[in-house]
Amino acid sequence: MEPFRQLTAVAVPLDRANVDTDQIIPKQFLKSVLRSGLGRGLFFDWRYLPDGSPNPEFALNRPEYRGAGILLARENFGCGSSREHAPWALKDFGIRALIAPSFADIFFNNCLQNGMLPICLPGDEVDSLFQAVSAAPGAQIEIDLERQQVGPAGGGRKFHFELDGYQKQCLLDGLDAIALTLQHADEIASYESSRAGH
Amino acid sequence: MGKTLFDKIWEQHRVREEAGRPALLYIDLHLVHEVTSPQAFEALRAAGRRVRRPERTYATMDHNVPTDPRPFQIQDPNSARQIEVLAANCREFGITLYDLDSPHQGIVHVIGPELGLTQPGMTIVCGDSHTATHGALGALAFGIGTSEVEHVLATQCLWQRRPKTMQIRVEGHLPEGVSAKDLILYIIGQIGVGGATGCVIEYAGTAVRALSMEERMTVCNMSIEAGGRAGMIAPDGATYAWLKGRPKAPQGAAFDRAVADWESLAGDPDAEFDRQVAFRAEQIAPQVSWGTNPGMVTSITGTVPNPSEYHDPVARRSAELALEYMGLRPGTPLRGLAIDRVFIGSCTNSRLSDLETAARYAAGRKVAAGVRAMVVPGSRQVKAEAEKRGLDKIFRAAGFEWRESGCSMCLGMNPDILQPGERCASTSNRNFEGRQGRLGRTHLVSPAMAAAAAIAGHFVDVREWPH
Ligand code: SF4
Repeated sequence: MEPFRQLTAVAVPLDRANVDTDQIIPKQFLKSVLRSGLGRGLFFDWRYLPDGSPNPEFALNRPEYRGAGILLARENFGCGSSREHAPWALKDFGIRALIAPSFADIFFNNCLQNGMLPICLPGDEVDSLFQAVSAAPGAQIEIDLERQQVGPAGGGRKFHFELDGYQKQCLLDGLDAIALTLQHADEIASYESSRAGH
Repeated sequence: MGKTLFDKIWEQHRVREEAGRPALLYIDLHLVHEVTSPQAFEALRAAGRRVRRPERTYATMDHNVPTDPRPFQIQDPNSARQIEVLAANCREFGITLYDLDSPHQGIVHVIGPELGLTQPGMTIVCGDSHTATHGALGALAFGIGTSEVEHVLATQCLWQRRPKTMQIRVEGHLPEGVSAKDLILYIIGQIGVGGATGCVIEYAGTAVRALSMEERMTVCNMSIEAGGRAGMIAPDGATYAWLKGRPKAPQGAAFDRAVADWESLAGDPDAEFDRQVAFRAEQIAPQVSWGTNPGMVTSITGTVPNPSEYHDPVARRSAELALEYMGLRPGTPLRGLAIDRVFIGSCTNSRLSDLETAARYAAGRKVAAGVRAMVVPGSRQVKAEAEKRGLDKIFRAAGFEWRESGCSMCLGMNPDILQPGERCASTSNRNFEGRQGRLGRTHLVSPAMAAAAAIAGHFVDVREWPH
């Protein structure tokens, strides 16, 4: 997996709470047997009008946010279905990090598994980032994972964010979780034999 | 300090745990379906890895399958391909598959308990967020993403940070006409769709103990709709009686030994939870959702709320957007709201007792003119059992469609979908925008409420309905 250390990118604001994974990537795109190419289905029902043309109102279609690498969102982002197609679609679209007051558990895990960084900040700090981005659409946000800091690029207030030490290391090193687990193959085998009959 | 049910299962399954790191947790049972597994098998193959414990892995096909009368043809080539790919992967990796021709095929969360694969004290995962259903038997069961599916296939383990524990107690008696579905919708309405984020929920109290096993599954199923990592209920006599004799459960003396083990799982009296909330069963009425997430719910006697009543600007905006999507005006009573479609099915409410309840409301009556209503049994076993009892005839005579088993219109990956603007009374678990079809409007209700709405052509209070 590609390591994640720092990121400076345009942040696109999605000002809605409880955005579910059905919305992030609707069901018709789950029929793929591949991980790639899902970006075109990202937020499909919001991004495109029923006639198939792009919805000019939707933030991800606005020219000032073109090339966004960070998604700014509200509470409980990624709730609902466990579909990993949601982070795959975001990643395919170019999003590497997300900032919200809270994320649904499975979505949060799924992001980390794909080298994407979900950042939880208190509501007022997320608010101030929403304000900064709407005051200057297309403005960049910078993230330093090593120092666990995030804020408007090129000066301004930086916010500290929490991330579990293990998850941080996995992102920084781009670790393959399965290879890591297989280092403990002996322990797994002895656990299995100790519980034989269960 | 005493231990909770969760603590005991967690500790029995820790392969490795160091301070400050997630634990490596052993997984007893891994359930697989066609939608969230192809990329996992593909990655496994690419890395030259094998499935560590194929005998602990079971697969079925449910999300994409048509529910038309058999023999059916899968029209959508992409759906057909996912189904073929799952069959090929199961052959290659030696995994038992309940395929479309198997008498055991069905929704993964219906067939696990039905076959006795799901047992108390187990750790169970599936690439599906409603895996918490299996917690009804006293298992620790949770949904995972595809990368984690691959991880479990390769290692039979998962790295997991210890979640918080939350106890939800419900004391008293549910009133006549109020079901397990109403109970869980009410709870989600009270604690919110993020109310249990980061937590494993344990449901307790006299009202929970009084639930049948299938009702307990309905409750645990929707734990994810409150953000819960898992939901569980300590096993008891009802659990063992339900499990006994099921094909994959321990048999004979082994069953009695297993029960002795399972008895020790109940939480200690002095166990502590990180959070506790309590409700009274008597206060719960039949529920109907009005918005676009399962927390946007009220009782059948209630009205559509006015967004201006919300103080929090984010919540107000959510309510405004929801009413716009749902085509509803503030103050509209839910009772009397007309519907176009009815869906009785999904891993929440497609078991035999759900269909029996719905049939009691449908018997001898007719679906209202202009309403299309379908009943989709959760599994082929449920379907066969229901037919043995003549439920299919009752539904058909009333004008319901009686279909083959699968996820169907719960998420509409198969051809069963709502048309734009159609309003549906649904026994499923998600009323998200577009969930049942683009611009479709879903109201979550119990099987009784759905069946009665089909007959009346609008929502009714089933407490006032003869059945
Ligand atoms: S019935 Fe619905 S919620 Fe349940 S597994 Fe199928 S799609 Fe998911």
